Amino acid sequence: MKAGLLFFFCLTFLLCCTPQATCVQYRLVVRDVSTLQILQLYTCLDQVSHMEWSSDSLFILCAMYNRGLVQVWSLEQPDWHCKIDEGSIGLVSSRWSPDGRHILNTTEFHLRVTVWSLCTKAVSYIKYPKACQKGIDFSRDGRYMALAERRDCKDYVCVFVCDDWHLLRHFETETQDLAGLEWSPNGCVLAVWDSCLEYMVLLYSLDGRLLSTYSAYEWSLGVKSVSWSPSSQFLAIGSYDEKVRILNHITWKKITQFEHPAIIDNTKATVYKEAEKRPGVGSDEMPLHNITMGATLFNTQSKYEICPLPVQIPVVKPDPDRASPKIGISVLAFSSDSRYLATKNDNMATAVWVWDMQKMSLEAVLEQTSAVRCFQWDPLRPRLALCAGNTKLYLWSPGGCVSVQVPTEGGFQVQSLNWHCSGDSLILLGKEQLCLCYMDTDQEDK
Amino acid sequence: MPESSTVKDVLSSSVECRTSPLRRFSLSSLHRNSLGVFCSEDNVQECLSHISQEVSSFGLPPVWTEPGSGSELNIVAVLNCMYDLIQLHRRGLRTLENMEVEQLKSNSNVDFLQLSTTRLKEQLEISKRENTGLLERERQLQLKVKSLQNCLKNEKEEVQKLQNVIASRASQYNHEMKRKEREFNKLKERLNQLLVDKKEKKQAIDVLNNIGRADGKRSLWKTEKMEAKHEGEMYKTLLSDYDTRQRELQLENAELRKVLQQMKKDMVSILSSRKPAAKGDKHEHSGMQAASEEEDDEAFDSSKESVELYCVHAREKLANSIRLQWRRLKSHVERLDSQVSSAQTGESKSTDAVPRETHEEEMDRLKLEIQQCKDFIQAQQQLLQQQLSSPCDEETASLLSDCYMLQEKERLGDEWKTLEEQRKIFERERRNFTEAAIRLSHERKAFEEDRATWLKHQFLNLSPFSDSKKPSLSKSKSAFLISAETDSSAAVAPEKFIKHRSESPRCVPLTSPSTADLYRTLCLIPEDSSTKPKRKTEHVEESSVFCGNAPVRHKRWDGIQDRTLSQEKNSSI
Repeated sequence: MKAGLLFFFCLTFLLCCTPQATCVQYRLVVRDVSTLQILQLYTCLDQVSHMEWSSDSLFILCAMYNRGLVQVWSLEQPDWHCKIDEGSIGLVSSRWSPDGRHILNTTEFHLRVTVWSLCTKAVSYIKYPKACQKGIDFSRDGRYMALAERRDCKDYVCVFVCDDWHLLRHFETETQDLAGLEWSPNGCVLAVWDSCLEYMVLLYSLDGRLLSTYSAYEWSLGVKSVSWSPSSQFLAIGSYDEKVRILNHITWKKITQFEHPAIIDNTKATVYKEAEKRPGVGSDEMPLHNITMGATLFNTQSKYEICPLPVQIPVVKPDPDRASPKIGISVLAFSSDSRYLATKNDNMATAVWVWDMQKMSLEAVLEQTSAVRCFQWDPLRPRLALCAGNTKLYLWSPGGCVSVQVPTEGGFQVQSLNWHCSGDSLILLGKEQLCLCYMDTDQEDK
Repeated sequence: MPESSTVKDVLSSSVECRTSPLRRFSLSSLHRNSLGVFCSEDNVQECLSHISQEVSSFGLPPVWTEPGSGSELNIVAVLNCMYDLIQLHRRGLRTLENMEVEQLKSNSNVDFLQLSTTRLKEQLEISKRENTGLLERERQLQLKVKSLQNCLKNEKEEVQKLQNVIASRASQYNHEMKRKEREFNKLKERLNQLLVDKKEKKQAIDVLNNIGRADGKRSLWKTEKMEAKHEGEMYKTLLSDYDTRQRELQLENAELRKVLQQMKKDMVSILSSRKPAAKGDKHEHSGMQAASEEEDDEAFDSSKESVELYCVHAREKLANSIRLQWRRLKSHVERLDSQVSSAQTGESKSTDAVPRETHEEEMDRLKLEIQQCKDFIQAQQQLLQQQLSSPCDEETASLLSDCYMLQEKERLGDEWKTLEEQRKIFERERRNFTEAAIRLSHERKAFEEDRATWLKHQFLNLSPFSDSKKPSLSKSKSAFLISAETDSSAAVAPEKFIKHRSESPRCVPLTSPSTADLYRTLCLIPEDSSTKPKRKTEHVEESSVFCGNAPVRHKRWDGIQDRTLSQEKNSSI
């Protein structure tokens, strides 16, 4: 598998696939990861809004929402080109189908979803797609697609067979306002959840039967985020009441709930607090070193300290008048072996909570100095990488956690990160810069 | 008269109350006499003095002075005295009246006061009761107030929460509404734009060339079969998922069941191991009985458990038995704890001392035994060594070396001798037999030759006139022997037969008897001449038989043979 990665100036969008490509304005650059050599260079017609690799890593899709255009580039045949023009109907989102040969374009105002086939140039239309948080989801084996539909003020789910886009099932859901749907990793259960005005999670079988419903409480703001565990055993539901509830796949009943209190006490978890190491004024070496480096103020080292309980996590109370308040569990991520669950509570934005799914208890809490921007699990190992909008990369594993300084000049602030599929390297995205981080067996180094 | 009586009474009373020792005997005499009169003509003087004394004691001027005027009374003084006394009396009465009145008054006061106190007490009681009742009510009301306050607080909190909820929902609705409005506006604009803008850009795709499918297969038409196939595949996926899940659950179940059974077994073993140690607690004992029964039951069940506890009853049974065992174990542990705690107080120390002593005695005894056995073994060992190492004579040594086998050896020697003798006898006999057999074979050969020549002669001399020509007896012995041989063969044959049959060690020298004798013995001589020709013809027939004629004669030859044989048999035996 070829792997490409851009090192210097780039746009923020980057999707993780084994080869890595990045776009700058209207230029698409494909590089190899190991050698950083430019493999291909393409030019698009307009500013690229969205870029995606196909599943077989042979094609790259560049969508320009302003122009309503989608351009597809081939890696093997640079001369090959494909341009899809949505015309006056506009384009809001574009994505690949799992087989890598169809492109699904969602038109403006979600009027319809057009399925373009690159094999036959055939077009299919899907009417009444719903404009919601997550309206389309493909099953992991790429065989089925679930699409949320809104027709006559009622929510429906359409299940399509990705082979020939044949409508397999079409059923109404018991939601007031469907906000999202997600397939379980084994492809047999579809989780459907309602908007935050009502706490309702529905579980449908592949053939459209309602398996179970779950509603923790009424009236208060409901579900904020939903995540399946990779083994399909657990469904984690994060809600606005700062709790995560775990459902099991046998009875679809809650087996436990994880709370995020402001004062952590009475737990066996370790609390890591990031402490910044200020360079000593008296030491002669450090200032010189820093000066030569060229960044004294921004590149402060930091390390983790283990805090004894009880620990107080700083809480930021959200504005009650605003919609979608910054409170509740917004991000849930399971590790690849389903052993750990990482959560983030929006009103404790500097803390990341790691839960052990075997013991169903809190394993660790990482408290950063600034708000956590993004975190992602290693695709293979139980290793969590997180970034907080500063120049550091943080890694946690069951053995401990470490803070790594990204050795770049200027104010490179890590806004988001992505793991490589093999778990060997990480991409750190800044506003205008990108950094690749290689994982060694012992230490992280660039 | 009441006055006088009262005066008298007063006097008497005064007399009675003022008895001075000096006056006692005089008083007694001055007491009323039988008539009830104080003064009589006898004791006037005494009375006078007494009265004057009394009067003076009253504080009145004396009535009579003794040494004075004689026995005549001063009437004026007496009257004065009387008047004074009357006054005194009146005064006394008055005071008595007053006092009585006073007393009445005070009595009534007392009564009144008593009444009032009782009334007041009652009132007090009543008011106290009322007070407690009021206090009680107050307390209850306070409690109610508190609870109501709590309720109020809760309600307020809930109201606040609901208000918050409403507020957030309202803001969410507003937000959504605004979003939808914005989208609607955009839609309106776009619609306007489209209506105005005639140039409509159509959708189009521009591909350089079609690319193959990712999996290399050709895309298929949408048909009903395809739909059915999709349905089928979907159900297959679902089913396989259910299968794997069920299998996992089964495995988990089996493991848990195993764990439970193991636990049960352990618990049962623990509980049963302490059975003999359990002291006679009846309840415990009965519990034990039940436990043993259950164990038997369970032991039996464990053999069936491989069938698997699939039905609800079996599962419940396992669960119940586990619970039961656990309860027993728990009670056992509790009992042990209590025992330990009671032991720690020092109660059972004395009971431990005795067993320990016996235990030690036992130990000593065993040690002694061991020592004795060791010594014994040692001695044996020594003796054995001595035996082996001690020197002795050669003879005795040689004797001794084989002493155990001597008797047997002698016996064997004797038997050997007898066997040797027998063997020699057998050798001799065998030699005789072989010689006899050799001789017999020679004789047979000769006999056969003779017969052959006789038969030849017979054949050659074959003629109707068998009588005229008699075979010359002078012919070779062999001729006779031929004819005789036919008989002698018959004779020999039986002899042979006899020989073979009996195998007697007697060897009969085979000397051919004289022909006549032979004939005679064979009963074939003219004693019975009739038989001869018959014989002859028979012989002829025999020869003809030999020549290979009709088998009928063969029969006769056989018959002759048989007859001769039988005859010979008779003769020889």
